[in-house]
Amino acid sequence: MSGILDVLRRPDFFELLRQHVLLSVAALLIGIAIALPVALVVRNTALGAALAVNVGNIGRAVPSLAILALCQPFLGFGFDTALVALTALAIPPILINASTGLREVSTDVIDAARGMGHSGGQVLTLIQLPIAAPVVFAGIRTSAVQVVASATLATFIGGGGLGELIVEGTQLNDTSILLAGSFSVAVLAIITEVGFGALEKVFTPKGLKIAQKRGR
Amino acid sequence: MSSLALLLQDLSSIEDPRLVEWDWISENFWEDIVPAIQGHIYLSFVSVAIALAISLPTGVLVSRYRKAYPPVTFVTGLLYSIPSLALFGILISIPGITIGPTPVIIALVAYSLLILIRNTVAGLDAVPAETIDAARGMGLTSSQILFKVELPLALPVIVAGIRIATVTIIGIATIGAYIAGGGLGKMIFDGINRGFPTMIITGAVLATALAIVADLLLLALERYLRPWARRRRT
Repeated sequence: MSGILDVLRRPDFFELLRQHVLLSVAALLIGIAIALPVALVVRNTALGAALAVNVGNIGRAVPSLAILALCQPFLGFGFDTALVALTALAIPPILINASTGLREVSTDVIDAARGMGHSGGQVLTLIQLPIAAPVVFAGIRTSAVQVVASATLATFIGGGGLGELIVEGTQLNDTSILLAGSFSVAVLAIITEVGFGALEKVFTPKGLKIAQKRGR
Repeated sequence: MSSLALLLQDLSSIEDPRLVEWDWISENFWEDIVPAIQGHIYLSFVSVAIALAISLPTGVLVSRYRKAYPPVTFVTGLLYSIPSLALFGILISIPGITIGPTPVIIALVAYSLLILIRNTVAGLDAVPAETIDAARGMGLTSSQILFKVELPLALPVIVAGIRIATVTIIGIATIGAYIAGGGLGKMIFDGINRGFPTMIITGAVLATALAIVADLLLLALERYLRPWARRRRT
């Protein structure tokens, strides 16, 4: 046990943690910046939304190691390659949830808003986005957890991160290093899961919460 | 984002145009590639089968004794959120577990539990109470109701869970090659270590294809098991 703590006190531990967090946050933010606008563009056409969901579903089926490994021959080893791969991993869950979430806003509610004189933009910002927010956020949460987990694999293509400790531990056959790496990655993933779960509640509008309590 | 601009420059200056050497693929097809596919299917199939053998009874029990459901989802949810490489690392640190297919299968089973148990419970919950009442009125015993009414009606939802679990497992199994689990991941890792793109691309593309084929096959099964939904559509 003290061996594990020694590893956590190593000066390079914080550098690896920093790389891991930086990779994950950057990939998630770029992923959101790509997926959300696409979902907004396709929200009012059945064909576009179906296309976005299907592309997202195929994207989700691609194994994370396959995406990272496939980027390597084209982009070489390093942080940037890992960032591109993790961004590609971050997009599908957000794209799927944002497209379905926005599509599933009841047409009756939208009609009512139109009838009250809301413009297209107002319908989007006042009605569609708040109602879809929990679903969209659930997609961001799935994506965040997946990105943090997959960032562990960045080490295989020279991207750094906490996965390096796991690789080092396996290669040196050193259980302390192996467990220090494994536990810190696990804790980071669980913090992400729990933290985004809490944020998801914050992003649920009051009206929806009341509806959920009443069982709709 | 200047690094991104640099990256785009890198993209346009790929030195080796022969990323896929077809000669290598045809030479090693029967010796390396087919066994890797078989190994991958074996790992995934065994894991899903074991996970189902655990999840179905657990799901049925938990749907009856509702108090046990939150702790079960908590524990399986915790397992599910541990990144696979970390779980492999923890497993091979346990005395008595050596690298090889065993820890990979243990981890893959652990990852499937949450999805399979949740879908079993959701499927059983969706069976209408009137249907169960009618079955009881016809004189069926509790176990007859379970096996002849509830489980068949819950089957499409359970298969939907099997589908998600299978696709997830086929993906994670590639990482299992790092601790000598075999399968298509071994080609990816060997390719990275040797700096041989053909192996990386072959392994990655085949693993993706396997996941997509499994997804489509199980989707077809799910539709087949829901004849009422098909009929409504046409």
